[in-house]
Amino acid sequence: MSLYKYSFWEVLKHAFSAEVWERVVPAISETMYMVAVSAVFVLVFGVLLGLVLVMTSKEGLVPCKSVHTVLSAVINCFRSLPQVIIIIVMLPVARALVGKSYGSNACIISLVASCVPLFARLVESSLLELDKGKIEAAKAMGSGNMRILFQIMVPETMPSLVRAFTNAVVIIISMTALAGSFGAGGIGYIAVTYGYTRFEHDLLFATIIVLIVIVQAVQILGDTISKIILKRRHLI
Amino acid sequence: MDEKFIEVKQLYKTFHTKKQDIEVLKGIDLSVGKGDIYGIVGFSGAGKSTLVRCINRLEEPDSGSVRIGDQEITSLGKAQLNKQRRKIGMIFQQFNLFDSMTVAQNIAYPLKMAGASAKEIGARVEEMLALVGLTEKRDAYPGELSGGQKQRVGIARALANQPDVLLSDEATSALDPQTTLSVLDLLKEINQKLGLTIILITHELEVIKYTCHRMAVMEDGKLLEQGLVKDIFQHPQCDTARNFIGVYNKFRSDYWQEEAK
Ligand SMILES: Nc1ncnc2c1ncn2[C@@H]1O[C@H](COP(=O)(O)OP(=O)(O)OP(=O)(O)O)[C@@H](O)[C@H]1O
Ligand SMILES: [Mg+2]
Repeated sequence: MSLYKYSFWEVLKHAFSAEVWERVVPAISETMYMVAVSAVFVLVFGVLLGLVLVMTSKEGLVPCKSVHTVLSAVINCFRSLPQVIIIIVMLPVARALVGKSYGSNACIISLVASCVPLFARLVESSLLELDKGKIEAAKAMGSGNMRILFQIMVPETMPSLVRAFTNAVVIIISMTALAGSFGAGGIGYIAVTYGYTRFEHDLLFATIIVLIVIVQAVQILGDTISKIILKRRHLI
Repeated sequence: MDEKFIEVKQLYKTFHTKKQDIEVLKGIDLSVGKGDIYGIVGFSGAGKSTLVRCINRLEEPDSGSVRIGDQEITSLGKAQLNKQRRKIGMIFQQFNLFDSMTVAQNIAYPLKMAGASAKEIGARVEEMLALVGLTEKRDAYPGELSGGQKQRVGIARALANQPDVLLSDEATSALDPQTTLSVLDLLKEINQKLGLTIILITHELEVIKYTCHRMAVMEDGKLLEQGLVKDIFQHPQCDTARNFIGVYNKFRSDYWQEEAK
């Protein structure tokens, strides 16, 4: 149903029809798959790199200028590229890793390449917010670095880390939609091929609604978890 | 009394910032007897915090030595230092409790690190809670405690692993007078009960007069005067000590008495 033939309300109404959702639902599960797998990778590598950034910084637990400078520079390189360009750059990498440069798994690689550096920076800034006094107290009690890292720094900054991860997931979702236009499939693919190329605006509307709902849900979930932790600690 | 349980010799420390080098400790010699409560007083920026932080090497001194008991702190490697630090408690002006842990977990933290068994930890935590009078607050988070209660948790945490020394850096400076008094009473009590040696940094002379046996006056990276609290209060030798006691007396004087003169 195109907006050129039908009125806005008719198209919008049709966006909720079974005919449309038959095509959108499989795309949703495809998108969910890409987002979920990417999010796991982003969480693991982002936290690791973020921790390394903080640890090796000048005021960190194991200052190491060379590691810090190199890692920081690499992250900045990735961060300075627009997401479209990262997707294009990662196409050959994806082909090398998963055998083809299109499809969900190839998309996951560019999502990870783009969002790990972002999340690493978010983790870094969360951890840097931690009051130095607490780290000193832990040191004064004779804690080793790993203990300080995982029993003090990470738990103490957990509400902020949860919020950072929520942001990262929202960005992953929007990027999945973008990657859809490069043959990744999922909701983005529907929006571009049907909504843009074939003027099936009812499908376009359906994808917009789905994206809004998913992002809202993620944001509310993240905010709630973060608030629950803060409440339990009586910090709000 | 062992006159030299803690011995600091010729301690120097310079901070190098982009703009300038700040020499903060300029040859500190200090000895503290076992079981003493030793006060160090000085105006802001004198280097008091830097000095105590050099004692457990939160700050690395440039030269000089620190000895506690028969352990030379300044010559320890990293692993040994961590082990030794478990026997040096420290409390802070901002308490520095872990917000992610309950009161009991905060107190248990140093014990876990020392590798105590769950049973030992449980018993010791209860003992500490009773000592600082916070048994009911066992499962509370620091976020729901008052400043005085937080500092009590800080003290319990610092003492949990049965240290020989307690370093206190302005531990009462963020507390109201009544709470300050109760925390100081607690420090005096544990000093007597456990024979703990305490180094107490402050810029409040009342705190020293109330709590300490001996004291030192610090100014510009040097200890200008050391001795019994009574002697220094009665016969201050250096200008800084006189200045301090002058300020102290000024605060204590009543304008109605002044007017009467
Ligand atoms: N990490 C640091 N880098 C640079 N300068 C520092 C550092 N720590 C302390 N200083 C400087 O060293 C001097 C002494 O600081 P210190 O904290 O030891 O003083 P203090 O006697 O404890 O003062 P206060 O009563 O205000 O706590 C100050 O001039 C301070 O600016
Ligand atoms: Mg200080």
